[in-house]
Amino acid sequence: MPDTTNAAKATGLQIGDPAPGVKKVDPILVADNVTRNFGGMTAVDVAHVEIPRGVITALIGPNGAGKTTFFNLLTGFDKPNTGQWIYDGRNLAGVPAYKVSRLGMVRTFQLTKALSMLSVLENMRLGATKQTGERFFSALITALWRKQEKEITERAMELLARFKLDTKADDYAASLSGGQRKLLEMARALMTSPQLVMLDEPMAGVNPALTQSLLGHILDLKSTGMTVLFVEHDMHMVRTIADWVIVMAEGKIVAEGYPDAVMDDPAVIDAYLGAHHDTDLGTLTGQLEVAIDDDDSLVQQITDEIAAESANTGSTDDRKGTA
Amino acid sequence: MDFNFIILAIGQILAPQTIAFALAALGLAVCFGFTGLVNFGQAGFMAVGGYGFAITSVKLGWPLWASILAAIVAAVIFAFILGIPTLRLRSDYLAIVTIAAAEIVRYTVKTPTLNPVTGGTDGINGSSVAFDAINPIPPGRYGIGILTYNQDDLWVIIVGWVTVAVAALFVWQLMRSPWGRIVRGIREDEDAVRALGKNVYWYKMQALIIGGVLAALAVIINIVPTSLQPDNYGTQTTFFLFTIMLLGGATTVLGPILGSIIFWVVLSLSDGILSLLVSNHLIPITQVQQGPVRFILVGIALMLIIVFRPQGILGNKREAHFGA
Ligand SMILES: Nc1ncnc2c1ncn2[C@@H]1O[C@H](COP(=O)(O)OP(=O)(O)OP(=O)(O)O)[C@@H](O)[C@H]1O
Ligand SMILES: [Mg+2]
Repeated sequence: MPDTTNAAKATGLQIGDPAPGVKKVDPILVADNVTRNFGGMTAVDVAHVEIPRGVITALIGPNGAGKTTFFNLLTGFDKPNTGQWIYDGRNLAGVPAYKVSRLGMVRTFQLTKALSMLSVLENMRLGATKQTGERFFSALITALWRKQEKEITERAMELLARFKLDTKADDYAASLSGGQRKLLEMARALMTSPQLVMLDEPMAGVNPALTQSLLGHILDLKSTGMTVLFVEHDMHMVRTIADWVIVMAEGKIVAEGYPDAVMDDPAVIDAYLGAHHDTDLGTLTGQLEVAIDDDDSLVQQITDEIAAESANTGSTDDRKGTA
Repeated sequence: MDFNFIILAIGQILAPQTIAFALAALGLAVCFGFTGLVNFGQAGFMAVGGYGFAITSVKLGWPLWASILAAIVAAVIFAFILGIPTLRLRSDYLAIVTIAAAEIVRYTVKTPTLNPVTGGTDGINGSSVAFDAINPIPPGRYGIGILTYNQDDLWVIIVGWVTVAVAALFVWQLMRSPWGRIVRGIREDEDAVRALGKNVYWYKMQALIIGGVLAALAVIINIVPTSLQPDNYGTQTTFFLFTIMLLGGATTVLGPILGSIIFWVVLSLSDGILSLLVSNHLIPITQVQQGPVRFILVGIALMLIIVFRPQGILGNKREAHFGA
């Protein structure tokens, strides 16, 4: 498993002091004045934001902050009321979703979209770009696309192996668990060989062990020169792999900067993270730390549990709580 | 008692009508079963193709190949007219627009002012002239089992079934290609396919065109041995096609063909049995009620299929449209 905790973080990404809308040295995406209203409610109102190229950027913020809506706008799945954005030197406002994807900006969905009645392998093959057999007349002559299909299949199987889905290749995607579908969707997006991959909560529902190896995989993407923009509520993951963090609240960008700085910003902590955002609630000691602040009966309960656990194993540190 | 109806029912296995519905249902499977387009206007595509063929061949005297081409072009144009405004919208819109458009076609061709061109409610006779002219089979009577055909009937049946075989191979090849993967993906979730850089709108259009062209070819087989009657292409025909497709398996290539054979044989058998029962006063309905009762049976059959075998006879349970 790659060592994700000491991954080299990028520095010197911005020009000037980190602040909302700060200029980047080498932005891949620059958005200006992007707004989207639903009825009277403003879901997205981004005055200016730049996504740095070649590094991993996290987009965080409370539920309903407008993160998914912003993703939808940038990738052409929704139309903004105002605004424009430049990706790799091209104005993308008004460009349909499939063209955005072909330009190398590929997204996944928060609500997973596995193509249920296609096999896992077929899902993956669908991701490959520039397939000869996708054109009507070429499709009729197998000889024209057989070789390419073989190459695509090989690449798909390699990716599936990395995502621990290779044994499922021939099953219908419908038979996958929720977490496996997340993995499939991410692997499928990578089949397009994107330049900028936008992941909407990629780790939701994925088990801790696999999360670790996926973090490593995302870092690998960075090392191959890919830019990653992801939405995530898991602060541990954000702190571990993000080079840059953008905080959204009520549609606006409210903070931006390097992960450690942003997550120690009192305003961000109050608005979003909560006082115990760095505590691992998966462990009893972590739970105890939180309970001490809030709830005396809970403190008693957890202390008892810890005592029981140490009686059994002699150690509490690395045991997962069952509560 | 007269058991001649059994021979009539067996005759349905090869009949031009069975061929026509097999082809049109195969086209519907491309739209609905494989791509997920709710096309309720398949009868409209048949009408448009039929008039394209009959007007050019009977009224304008075009050669056979040109009339066939005219039928295909008419279906393609109809697909564009229906598809351009609706395929970007949610699938329900296509359903509404296609069902309405098919009826508009039927009422338009029946308009008295168009009589000189479309023949009004009488339709157009004589589409077989050019077709029979190239019949290589010497005149005579030919027996297949207990059935006998004259040279022209046999000619239509042979050409018809060869067309079905070619169309089935064509659809099978398409659906196992990367092209087919995209349309099946669209059926599951078009946004996911869009996110992978595929022009979903254009693939849906292609599927609608293919479905329509198969319907147009189907109708030629249907009208050559008989005549073109506008009222044969009402909503009822579309629902027969849905029944046939679902019966055989909407996501299979051979399903619609098998479905058409079973459908027409069973319909013919039930007709025969019903009239036998009615004429012998064994059931309390009149001869006039007999027709509608037959269609009630079709409706019940359709419900039973969807409840007990949503994937159809040849379909795979997991790929069913109505399954849980
Ligand atoms: N199609 C829609 N119609 C109406 N309101 C919408 C629509 N989509 C989103 N909204 C509203 O816009 C706001 C932002 O939603 P969005 O999904 O972007 O939040 P989010 O930041 O992704 O939240 P989460 O972290 O829960 O995924 C919410 O208040 C939501 O109710
Ligand atoms: Mg969201």
